[in-house]
Amino acid sequence: MERRVETCDVAVIGGGPAGLAAALGARRAGAAKVLLLEREKTLGGILNQCVHDGFGLFLYKETISGPEYAERLAEDVAREPIQVETGAMVLDLSRERVLKVNSRAGYRSVQAGAVVLAMGCRERTRDQIEIPGTRPAGVYTAGLAQNLVNLQNLRIGNEAVILGSGDIGLIMARRLLFEGIKVKGVFEILPWAGGLERNVRQCLMDFSIPLELGSTVVEIRGRDRVESVVVAKVGEGLAPVAGTERVVGCDTLLLSVGLIPENELSKRAGVELSPLTGGAAVDETLMTSVPGVFSCGNVLHIHDVADWASFEGFAAGERAARYAAGDRPAGTTVRATPGPLIKYALPQIVTAGKAGVEWSFRVTRPVRDVGIEVKGKTSGKVYARKKYPRLLPSELQKIKVKDAIEEEIEVGCHE
Amino acid sequence: MSMRNGPVCDVAVIGGGVVGCAVLRELSRYDLRLVLLERESDLAEGVTKGNSGVIHAGFNVPPRSLKARTNVAGLKLVYELAETLGVPHRKTGKLVIALADEDRPRLEELKAAGDRSGVPGLEIVDEPAIRRLEPLARGRWALWSPHTGIISPYEFTIALAECAARNGAEVRLEAPVESVGVRDGLFHLKTPKGEVVARAVVNCAGLFSDEVARLAGIDDYRIFPYRGEYLITDKDCGLRLGRPIYPVPPRDDPGLGIHITPTLEGNILLGPSAEAVADKRDAATTREVAAKLKAEAARLMPELGGVGFIHSYAGIRPKLVDPSGGARFEDFICEESERRPGWISLVGIESPGLTAAPALAEMVVAMLGARLDLRLKAEFRPDLPVKKRFAALDDDKRAGRVAKDADWGEMICRCEHVTRAEVVAALRNPFGARTLDAVKRRTRCGMGRCQGGFCTPRIVEVLQEEGVAPDRITKRGGGSRLFYGRLKG
Repeated sequence: MERRVETCDVAVIGGGPAGLAAALGARRAGAAKVLLLEREKTLGGILNQCVHDGFGLFLYKETISGPEYAERLAEDVAREPIQVETGAMVLDLSRERVLKVNSRAGYRSVQAGAVVLAMGCRERTRDQIEIPGTRPAGVYTAGLAQNLVNLQNLRIGNEAVILGSGDIGLIMARRLLFEGIKVKGVFEILPWAGGLERNVRQCLMDFSIPLELGSTVVEIRGRDRVESVVVAKVGEGLAPVAGTERVVGCDTLLLSVGLIPENELSKRAGVELSPLTGGAAVDETLMTSVPGVFSCGNVLHIHDVADWASFEGFAAGERAARYAAGDRPAGTTVRATPGPLIKYALPQIVTAGKAGVEWSFRVTRPVRDVGIEVKGKTSGKVYARKKYPRLLPSELQKIKVKDAIEEEIEVGCHE
Repeated sequence: MSMRNGPVCDVAVIGGGVVGCAVLRELSRYDLRLVLLERESDLAEGVTKGNSGVIHAGFNVPPRSLKARTNVAGLKLVYELAETLGVPHRKTGKLVIALADEDRPRLEELKAAGDRSGVPGLEIVDEPAIRRLEPLARGRWALWSPHTGIISPYEFTIALAECAARNGAEVRLEAPVESVGVRDGLFHLKTPKGEVVARAVVNCAGLFSDEVARLAGIDDYRIFPYRGEYLITDKDCGLRLGRPIYPVPPRDDPGLGIHITPTLEGNILLGPSAEAVADKRDAATTREVAAKLKAEAARLMPELGGVGFIHSYAGIRPKLVDPSGGARFEDFICEESERRPGWISLVGIESPGLTAAPALAEMVVAMLGARLDLRLKAEFRPDLPVKKRFAALDDDKRAGRVAKDADWGEMICRCEHVTRAEVVAALRNPFGARTLDAVKRRTRCGMGRCQGGFCTPRIVEVLQEEGVAPDRITKRGGGSRLFYGRLKG
């Protein structure tokens, strides 16, 4: 028996800041049938648990909370004839852009003309950073704690230690304090803070929460519930220095030790991933190695500001709509690779002859008085140069090239 | 007198690990009143949950030992039981690898021991054969054991108990035996969940079997805990392993050596180490052993060098070998006490206890036959209702499930693709185990790469819908609470 397969022009997987924007972008570029699939019960993604202020400065020119930011984007989506499904999880994606979707309404397949990946990221866990010790209750990733505290109103502990100074960890330090949970300290293995400077100031310094750089948790203790953690200074190669251990009593350990783009679906579709970003390797249209599959937001690379994820979403949605309408990239491609002091540069692939390509990049460590150069690897030609008084690894930066690019490119940072 | 005291039961089984549950299920064939007492908040919480999940063929233990006899007999029984109970398992075969020519005699020794014990199909294979069987393994020679397999030890244990419960056996969780009285030939077992009076007792208390025996005045045993640490990869780590690969057992290792084992879901396990520890519940992991596991495993499978891990844990072996003594081998103990007739102790049931459990259970029943009137029940159901994970269903079956019950359409765990229907079913288990770990072991929620980061809030919601107040939500019972009430909001 032949079954008629449901189709759409653009399927957007994920309804957070990137996915909502992608659905809007696809509509703006003329896609008739846009399907937006969100696995949670409400649109907005992680924005919903980010009840703090600081979102929207670039997109809305004012700072609002995460839920407000989500609401504005969702309202724009609601004004468009976009088919929105919440509680709908995509379980499989094929190279031919067939999605398997499960929701309370049913389990089905959808053939999409183009797909935008906007699944976001997950948090690095205890075992990925290999903290030894017992396995008691009371060890939470910071985002999980944020969900339980902000969305479920649950008291997750009484005395907390926070490992890692990523933005969620910093935000949660302040949040716990507001809820009457004592924060004994934030410990960061690197010699610099992982989160944005404004968060270090507003979440820790303003409340006298100690931040210890160059130290980490080397052991978790407690049989049933966390009873204490052992912290130590780190030395060469970030290895703990013997003799510097000290026991910090606490019943809760929060981990804010990095985010991982969640690309399991991308892998199923055969999308090539970059080991540097953990996300797809994309061209200047944000298309992955699988034709018709685009990527944006935290599933592509980790952003520090939601607005940038949304801007990427708009662009990916537009390009996906054009692909679905038959617009195909033409010509050969060249690769772009990171040079000195650059952690990654995105896009990793550029269509030869393209002008006006903009790169996103991050530096590997805090630097001062540097020049960022986009350089041709064959000709040595500098396509773009930009000076910065200082750059931090926590900040995503951009640099644009006006000229057409015809050769392999290196994005480098020169002191 | 407690109100919970029921009529005298025929057999009380102490300990809800794989051995206790196998004994309970075997006894549930007969017209007997049965109670199992488990100290923890769920079954399989002790020795059972922390091993490699290998169905052993029986060549690692001395021929004619009880270990060898129950292992070889159990091999067949475990496969049969897993089929009958619908427990996922796979006969994978196993390779014991010699990295150098000079280790080949050790393989010959193992083969000879296995042949003498009646282990079927053992052969020594060469390098090309190793490559053919397991392309990522490195080795010069290997012992190939075609009948070795893998199974989830806790799923097997839970299924045994569910089958016993289906046939009328009672299971009491969080019921540690605190004292034992012997009056009029009856055993009076005091627990926080009431007193149980039994004609016979089967002590399957694993790490605590010596202490439990002592409560009954039997001071014959001493358990030495040996910790074994493991590392586990993501299913998506990019490497495929079809079958367990073991090194030649190192002479100084109280275990079988650090080996590499696939899970049924496609993760790869590294471990275990073997280290005598002072505390029977000291399941902490250490930086030093993690490094050792990686180094040892990379000798057999170099590609593991670059792989990341999503979880680490430690199990504790209940050994009879005194770490300070000279003995290298102690056999399983399965005996009725002369001092306390009707009291049967199973002590030192370490590897290959998972495989041996059903054979040990048959032994126990034979021993009890001398004391109790064992009449087979006509209504005995050997099996369980078919349970299939959503993740294991094909598209048509998935669509059918969701059409019938929308709870199959609500995904709770994104990493392991677990639905709300499965979580609710897990929480409604017949034993009242309602911890996060109980859900995890029954559904795989939280076993994936996010390690519960995303599913925990959802399970917390379902738990509350099922009537568990936030303050009573625990990781694994006792003091492992997650929350201290609600915030002011």
